[in-house]
Amino acid sequence: MEFEVVIGLEVHAQLNTKTKIFCSCPTSFGDEPNTNVCEVCLGLPGALPVLNKEAVKKAIALGTAINATINRKSIFNRKNYFYPDLPKGYQISQFEIPIVEAGEIYIDFEDGTKKRIGVTRAHLEEDAGKNIHHGNVSHVDLNRAGTPLLEIVSEPDMRSSEEAVLYLKKLHAILRYLDISDANMQEGSFRCDANVSIRPKGDTKLYTRAEIKNLNSFKFIQRAIDYEVERQSAAWEDGVYEQEVVQETRLFDIDKNETRSMRSKEDSAEYRYFPDPDLLPVLIPEDMLAECIQIPELPDEKRDRFVTEYGIKAYDANVITASVETARFFETMIEHGASPKNSVTWLSVELQGRLGNGVTIMTSPVDAATLALLVKRIEDATISGKAAKEVLDYLMQNRVGVDEAIETLGLRQMSDEGALVAIIDAIIAANGDKVAEYKAGKEKLFAFFVGQAMKESKGTANPSKVNELLKARLH
Amino acid sequence: MITLKEALTLPAEALKEIRDDLKKEIAAKKELGAYVEQLTNQPIGEYGEGIPIALKDNIQVKGWEVTSGSNILQGYVAPYNATVVDNMLRRGLAPFGRTNMDEFAMGSSTESSFYGKTLNPHNPMCVPGGSSGGSAAAVAAGIAIAALGSDTGGSIRQPAAFCGCVGLKPTYGKVSRYGLGAYSSSLDQIGPITQNVEDAAILYDIIAGHEPKDSTSAAMAHESVADKLNPDRKMTIAVIENYLNEASSEVREKMLEGIKALQSAGHTIVYRNFINSKYDIATYYVIATAEASANLSRYDGVRYGNRHNSDSLKEMFIQSRSLGFGEEVKRRILLGTFVLSSGYYDAYYIKAQRARHFIKAQYEAIFQEADLIFMPVTPTAAFEFGSKADPLEMYLSDIYTISLNLAGLPGISVPLGKNQEGLPIGGQLIGQAYGEQALLDGALSLERALGL
Repeated sequence: MEFEVVIGLEVHAQLNTKTKIFCSCPTSFGDEPNTNVCEVCLGLPGALPVLNKEAVKKAIALGTAINATINRKSIFNRKNYFYPDLPKGYQISQFEIPIVEAGEIYIDFEDGTKKRIGVTRAHLEEDAGKNIHHGNVSHVDLNRAGTPLLEIVSEPDMRSSEEAVLYLKKLHAILRYLDISDANMQEGSFRCDANVSIRPKGDTKLYTRAEIKNLNSFKFIQRAIDYEVERQSAAWEDGVYEQEVVQETRLFDIDKNETRSMRSKEDSAEYRYFPDPDLLPVLIPEDMLAECIQIPELPDEKRDRFVTEYGIKAYDANVITASVETARFFETMIEHGASPKNSVTWLSVELQGRLGNGVTIMTSPVDAATLALLVKRIEDATISGKAAKEVLDYLMQNRVGVDEAIETLGLRQMSDEGALVAIIDAIIAANGDKVAEYKAGKEKLFAFFVGQAMKESKGTANPSKVNELLKARLH
Repeated sequence: MITLKEALTLPAEALKEIRDDLKKEIAAKKELGAYVEQLTNQPIGEYGEGIPIALKDNIQVKGWEVTSGSNILQGYVAPYNATVVDNMLRRGLAPFGRTNMDEFAMGSSTESSFYGKTLNPHNPMCVPGGSSGGSAAAVAAGIAIAALGSDTGGSIRQPAAFCGCVGLKPTYGKVSRYGLGAYSSSLDQIGPITQNVEDAAILYDIIAGHEPKDSTSAAMAHESVADKLNPDRKMTIAVIENYLNEASSEVREKMLEGIKALQSAGHTIVYRNFINSKYDIATYYVIATAEASANLSRYDGVRYGNRHNSDSLKEMFIQSRSLGFGEEVKRRILLGTFVLSSGYYDAYYIKAQRARHFIKAQYEAIFQEADLIFMPVTPTAAFEFGSKADPLEMYLSDIYTISLNLAGLPGISVPLGKNQEGLPIGGQLIGQAYGEQALLDGALSLERALGL
């Protein structure tokens, strides 16, 4: 049977406010455990929450970016459950009235087509702490407790793991463009749960869904969904769908590359949501709304602008605008006078190809101004494109200027005719037999003379000049 | 005992003498059990050197063991001061001793305290009321100049009435709850228990005011009331007739004397009726327990207080809470958990919220025609220990005090005299939201007219 895959995604994005959502503790990552805590985020008797306005502003920015409804009045609820990393025994979250509702995100396929994915809601809540297990002992670190989270819930609109990943990458890019979240999957500031179900193709009703948790990279998300689809399809084909596919939470095991049942709906928690009496309804005044809907250019807009303004290919524009850092890098290169076409190549092929091993565009030893200058040195014929690659290699290792690197490596192109003529004459003199063959009609040998000239000049000869001079000498 | 007003005029040496005297008296009256320190044989808690004020055991004082009268918080030391404490310190007042209370302020007799009973200074067989029973008993017994309590459904006014003190529950939001161990967040309010109305006004002025760390704190500058007290202001006061008629004869008798005194002071008395107070009780016990069930979730044995170690996490939670909480607290947590459960939420919690609006509207209607409302604080005078073993019967001792919390209004309990057994009986004046000035003017007028 042919199945259709139905995927809905819940993303928890930590907002990059300086302080926590209900107290003034800093929201830093990786500090000594339990150092960024106070009576509020520790849940001590008598402590009360006060909403961080910055978190509200960032939520409004996201709502604006995804064409959503911003609720001018929203409410915080208490979500009750016991867990050691939850200091108050309840999480302050939004339930009946979230701050953002009914938005949309467009995903782009390689063939240039688009698809709309609905966003049901985005609501503000506080993050929990972290349990750290050492053998039989568990420790609780509450530094993260109270970090503002935006939970972004999609409609079940995705039909493949590829679409799911495209949606997540687009959402990730939007969060980064808005600068409202670090959205770092490894550090847990962008976390995803996937609701996956299948149905016979043509059927419109929703079947039982499994919720997959613990997905902390795009690669794992794709693999987990693919595994889950395979598991559910196999169960259907084997006639054991009802028994095998139940509404439950499943954990993705990275090592075994499979999803495993974590808890079924039977023992799923009853959260007893009710409005938090410690907090007032969130009312967004007109001036605050007006301020917050002023958002920076988004990935789609930037991509379209790059195509029309710089004349680069849509594919290249997509690649460059997929991350805000790359897009900014590109724009800075242009500002420094590099041509758009060469900037695309030198950024997305040459520089990106030299990154990796933990070095990203953000930590690249070669910044946009430097790379732009290198491109300009090609464009003004100071160095050849081939030599520029060597210069870039050098710059990745050495903190020096472009021109200094060119000089150090001796790669400045030899355009001085006198020097070139001397080299060429020496080659002709030393290869009398080949000159004779060439003159007798073996024209292939021209490349040999060019190669010799380049070799003699240690690659610094301007190739077109060499061609020109050789032709004149050999005729 | 000198009054707070007098104490405010004293030099430091005199205050030191008063502290020493107080300590001696507290030690001598150990059997009263008004202070936790009396019940645990510990030296009285002190913080700073200002005018000593007794604090209910749910108000956080930095460095003090603050336990809300509960086993589950044994050993917990507060790392910060409640806003009221900081406000007191700024004005030369200082925390002095933790007063006994019903566990987590859930009760009307102080019998549910982990530390044991507090006796009514007027009769050791009787309860001091609750949940701020220790605060009221300490003031009534002359072993505190004044005290702070907290009032969720009458927990300041009822013990003040039982012990013959003045007890003020301010408008919700006037005194910050920051640093008050929460029972029911939308109802809790800290207030003074004092020897007289003027001291109540003075202490209220000191603790009131906006606190940015408390979202429910009224965002307005506090206007002092004590310096503007005016007992000669003539007001229209509505007496709740059906409450008057259904109260015990001893309470009705004292209420009638109170009404007469108010009339003699020149106030106009009008009579109005309230809906049956059984609706107040039902509404209150749904809302208060729902909020409490979440507010008390933080006492889980993980971070502080009493933990019952176990091999399994779930068992640790269950045992820590089962052994750490007393019966009444567990009863209310269960009740609150039930009313918030899916399938019951609308029938109980949502319905109670509607009833709450209705109760508030009922007050607003009366305040269209009256400046203040006058009604009993309690149906009877202080009852004997163990006499209300049935929790529902105990809940009924709050019938006249809880609607005020549901409406968020200020109210004050003023002594009206004593019954034949010598037990005090109080009357309750109720003001409009943020109308503490009129309320205290009326209370002072009543106090003077009665001339007790």
